[in-house]
Parts: sequence; C-alpha cells; structure tokens
Amino acid sequence: MQRFDLEAQGLRALNAALHALNGQTNETAWEVVNPKGSHSIAVGLDAPIELTVHGSTGYYCAGMNKQATIRVKGSAGPGLAENMMSGAVIVDGNASQYAGATGRGGLLVIKGDASSRCGVSMKGINIVVHGNIGHMSAFMAQSGNLVVLGDAGDALGDSLYEARLFVRGAVKSLGADCVEKEMRPEHLELLADLLKQGEAEHLAKPEEFKRYGSARNLYNFNIDNASAY
Amino acid sequence: MSDFPHTPPRFSATFTPAVNAEIRRAAASGIYDIRGGGTKRHLPHFDDLLFLGASISRYPLEGYREKCATDVWLGTRHAKKPIHLDIPVTIAGMSFGALSGPAKEALGRGASEAGTSTTTGDGGMTEEERGHSKTLVYQYLPSRYGMNPDDLRRADAIEVVVGQGAKPGGGGMLLGQKISDRVAMMRNLPKGIDQRSACRHPDWTGPDDLEIKIGELREITDWEKPIYVKIGGARPYYDTALAIKAGADVVVLDGMQGGTAATQDVFIEHVGMPILACIPQAVQALQDMGMHRKVQLIVSGGIRSGADVAKAMALGADAVAIGTAALIALGDNDPALEEEYQKLGSTAGAYDDWHEGRDPAGITTQDPELYKRFDPVLGGRRLKNYLKVMTLEAQTIARACGKNHLHNLEPEDLCALTMEAAAMARIPLAGTDWYPGKGGGM
Repeated sequence: MQRFDLEAQGLRALNAALHALNGQTNETAWEVVNPKGSHSIAVGLDAPIELTVHGSTGYYCAGMNKQATIRVKGSAGPGLAENMMSGAVIVDGNASQYAGATGRGGLLVIKGDASSRCGVSMKGINIVVHGNIGHMSAFMAQSGNLVVLGDAGDALGDSLYEARLFVRGAVKSLGADCVEKEMRPEHLELLADLLKQGEAEHLAKPEEFKRYGSARNLYNFNIDNASAY
Repeated sequence: MSDFPHTPPRFSATFTPAVNAEIRRAAASGIYDIRGGGTKRHLPHFDDLLFLGASISRYPLEGYREKCATDVWLGTRHAKKPIHLDIPVTIAGMSFGALSGPAKEALGRGASEAGTSTTTGDGGMTEEERGHSKTLVYQYLPSRYGMNPDDLRRADAIEVVVGQGAKPGGGGMLLGQKISDRVAMMRNLPKGIDQRSACRHPDWTGPDDLEIKIGELREITDWEKPIYVKIGGARPYYDTALAIKAGADVVVLDGMQGGTAATQDVFIEHVGMPILACIPQAVQALQDMGMHRKVQLIVSGGIRSGADVAKAMALGADAVAIGTAALIALGDNDPALEEEYQKLGSTAGAYDDWHEGRDPAGITTQDPELYKRFDPVLGGRRLKNYLKVMTLEAQTIARACGKNHLHNLEPEDLCALTMEAAAMARIPLAGTDWYPGKGGGM
C-alpha cells in the first residue's frame, strides 16, 4: 500500500507519482490522506490502480480518469470525475455540481446526493446516484446512462440526445425535449446490471424506476418548435 | 393626367432593398439566416492606421541587409515547455467538421512549413492534423467533443475557449448536412442532426472556477503545456484581466471580424467589438497587471496582410492568428469557381453558406466528392507562401520604422486616419498629438 500525505507532500508530487505508473505497475494500491478539500486530486490517471482518498475533495477529483478505481471516503466538490474515460469513481458522501460532466466512459457512483447539472453533456459514462440529483441534470447529455435512486430536480434532461435516464423517485420537471419512455425488458436488464455495478442492488429494484430520454423533436431546426429553444 | 413631373422613386435608407429581401426571406422560411464567416459591415479597422516610418528623428534599417527578427515565445509564464514560433502569425482554431480532413491537413502543412502553429476546433483532434502540424494547439471547448487526456498530452499547447469574436456569448453550430459518419462518431452524436454546441463550459462558471480548471489541466499535463485562454471581443479589459488572474499563459483575443463556421447572421453582425477597439484595452489590462510580454497576447479578427500584422503588434500584441485569410489562401471563394458559386445562388468572394457543406472548393464540406477536389499538399504550399509574404511585409514596415524585431514596433510608430480609429486604437489622429479620450478614462 502506497500512502501519500497530500498536506505534507503536495498535489504536484501526487499527480506526478500517479502519472509515472504504467499499466505494468505492481504498485496498485494507493491511499491519500489529508486531502482537506484540495482540487484536482488524482487527475489524468492512466493505470489500473486502486486509490482511496480518506476525506473530502475539492474540484475535479479524478478528472479525465482512465483505468483507475478511485474511492473517496468523504464528499466531492464540483466537477467530480469530469470527462472520465474509463475506470470507476465511487464517492461515499455527496457530490457538488457537474458530477460526471462530459464523461466518456467508466462508472461514477455517488452514494449520497448529487447537486445540479449531474451528468451534463455526458458522452458514454454510467452514473449511479443513490440519493437525489439537482436541477438541469443530464443537460445536453449525449450518451451513457444516469441512474438515480432518489428524486430529480427541475429540467431533467434538457436538450438531451441519446443518453438514458432512469429515476426511481419524483422528477420535479422535465427539460425541453425530454420525455418519459417505455421501460422495455432490455432496459430492466441494463438497469439491474447498473445497480449491481453501482453497489445499489440491495437498495432498489429495476421495476421501481421510470425511464426518460429524448423525444428527438429538436434534432433538426423547425420553426414550430421555436418556443423550446 | 397632370403634366407636372412626378416625384422620382425614392428608396428608404432604413428599408433598403437588402433589408427588405431579408424580411421577405424570414417571412417565407420562418428561420433566422445562418451563415459562415465574420461580419461584413464596414468597421474601423487597421486600414485606418498608418505607419509613420523613419526620418531624421528616427533612422531606418536597411531593407535587404539588416536583421529584423520575427520569432515569438508563447507560454513562458508557467509552462515547462513553452512554444517557440519562427513567425508571429498563427492559424486560428477551426474544427474538423466545419472543415474537411484535407483542409485541416493543408493548414497543418502550411503552418509547419512556415514555422508556426495551427489549432484544432470544436470537433476534436484528427490524425491528419496532428500528423502534419509541427506545433498544434488543442482547443478545450464547452462542447468537449472528442476531449481526452491523450490528445491533451500530445498537444503542444491547450487553448481554453471562452468565446470567439464572431459570437461572444454564443456556442457553436454545425448543421445536419455536415454531420457525416466520421464527424458524428468524433462528437458522439447521431448522424445528420443539427448540432448546437454549448455556449458555456459544463463544469466551471466564472473566473474563480476558471483558475481551478486551469490548475486541473496543468496537473493532468504535468505543467508542461502552455495554457491559452481565448476570449471574444466583448469586454476585453476585464476579460483579459480575469484570464491573467486565472493563470493563463497566453490570452487570445478575437474581434468581431473573426469568422465562424456557422452562426446566425444577426449574431455575427450585431454582437462584439472590432479588433481595433479590443487590442488597446487588452494591452492596458496586461500593463496594469505588470504582465505585458509576460503573458502573451494573440489577436485575431480581420488580419489580412503583413501591414495588419505589424499594426496589431505595434498596438501591443505578441502575435496574431488568421482564419478567414488562411481559407482564402487555400482556395476558398476563388473566382476560378465562379460558375459553381453561381449555381449555389452566390458569387465568388461572397459565398458564405459554409454550413450547407456544398463548398465547391472542397474546404468547408464533408462531402467526399467535393473534398477530393482539394489537394492538401498544394493547399499547404499556398498557405506557406502566404504566411511568408505576410511576414516579409511586416518586416519591411518594421525596418522602415527602425525596428530590428517585430516586437519592437510600438504605438508611437502609428497615426490614425479617422477620429473613430484614433479613439478606438488610442493612436493620435494624423498630424496631431491627440486622440479622443486622451487623458480621460478607458
């Protein structure tokens, strides 16, 4: 186990050490102590390591992650796992705004609540939120899956493309071009898998969710839809 | 019928034939006009400034013998690996999607042969572009199409795009005709949709966040890459100051003459400021913060010749960027294609329906039949020639002003021809030592 004291050793040294690892490394277990809300912890990783942060993080923790599994034993600030490519990020607490923004792959699990704009412009990432999500979540979401065990705030899925949204609780309002869709067997199967991956299979059943997606009415300009733009 | 003469027909200066035609077009189609390029209105511009040249009080350098250096360093503030360019004329960001693959390749070839950089755009980095660009700036845009850490690391610099001159406050637009299979795949979008890029970044808001975002990009790239911040010409004093405060190595400032692949005409023509008015404000911000020449300033928007380059640099810029001019050098709007422009309802020199993807020059298209017409090797050579000519022109002027480096050009080398230009550029009206606002505030 590699133990890194962020307060004593500094952010640049942490990220440089993590970037120096390659796919063949046997230094696969890392822990970071004293994060104290620092920004940009463990960003740009590209190695199949397991890293645990003991405490809460600031902005952009695990940004652009590839391959690594990063656990945060606390809460995370804005832009958690932004533009993640692969790997997994699991947060025990809450996440601030833009969690999983533009993520292209991998799995993001938030065991508490996520704030506004969760999954904004998501491009293939899977996000599982055990609690609630805030307003404008999945705005312009392009692809991937967002699973919410709790409630969703205003304007869910505004102007979204092909991303799939699964919400178990109440949706305060749907954004432009976002509609409820039929839950078919393949979606239940997908949802069961996502709940399992998201360490939530004991918390909810696929049948309890509703599915939301794009009505695809805004994909091409049409003056009769002008009020939606 | 009276024998008195009739009042002759009189056209309105407000409801001109062009205005009326646009009203009829809007009434018939129900959609605003979308087009490419930059503003077409007349604006105070570099043409309204002149160089004074040397005389008795200053002596010139010999045009064909004495050295006048043109190189520029970019990113010296924080980056471990700043960029060194042979000439201060760079190629502005233009996307694969807006431009064809061969056109992007030609930009890379021409820029590399001339010793300068080229820039990606709102569509990610292509292999053609990376492979043919010695120095490539990777744009970090609100859409984040194709964004990935590997391309960040194989870029030579990163440009965080906050805005562009053609549409400060607006996002990108790429209509369905140009969303080919390859473009759709790179952007992770369904084929054939009208794609609208976001106008704001998805994961930061405001200057304090931007500072943290720049910190993240530096951490991901181990502090190696210069980080530029690109702004549209809206409030250049404050935007430049905030970009510097957020940690930018380079500020890229784009005036409203800067082009776009596609945006509403009303946006292009009515939002933003001319580059002439933007440069002095940005330079003032740099000077007020003690950062002039430490944070470099690249300006763009209507740069056409070595004279424009020299004037921008005399006003305090470290380098310039060209977009529209580079496309014309490649062959855009060439009168040799007049017959085909006519078929599209346009004419050479005025063609701006780049969003339709039917460019007969094969530059602003994703149609294989059209882009096959464009030879990237020849296009690259033409761009290189043009860049070399611009550099020689700028050197010619600089030597005449007695300068042994383009960076030594200064406001004192200039005079203004019009009151408007004098006020905007803060350059004395020709024959006077005065410009409007001198001694006053901003």
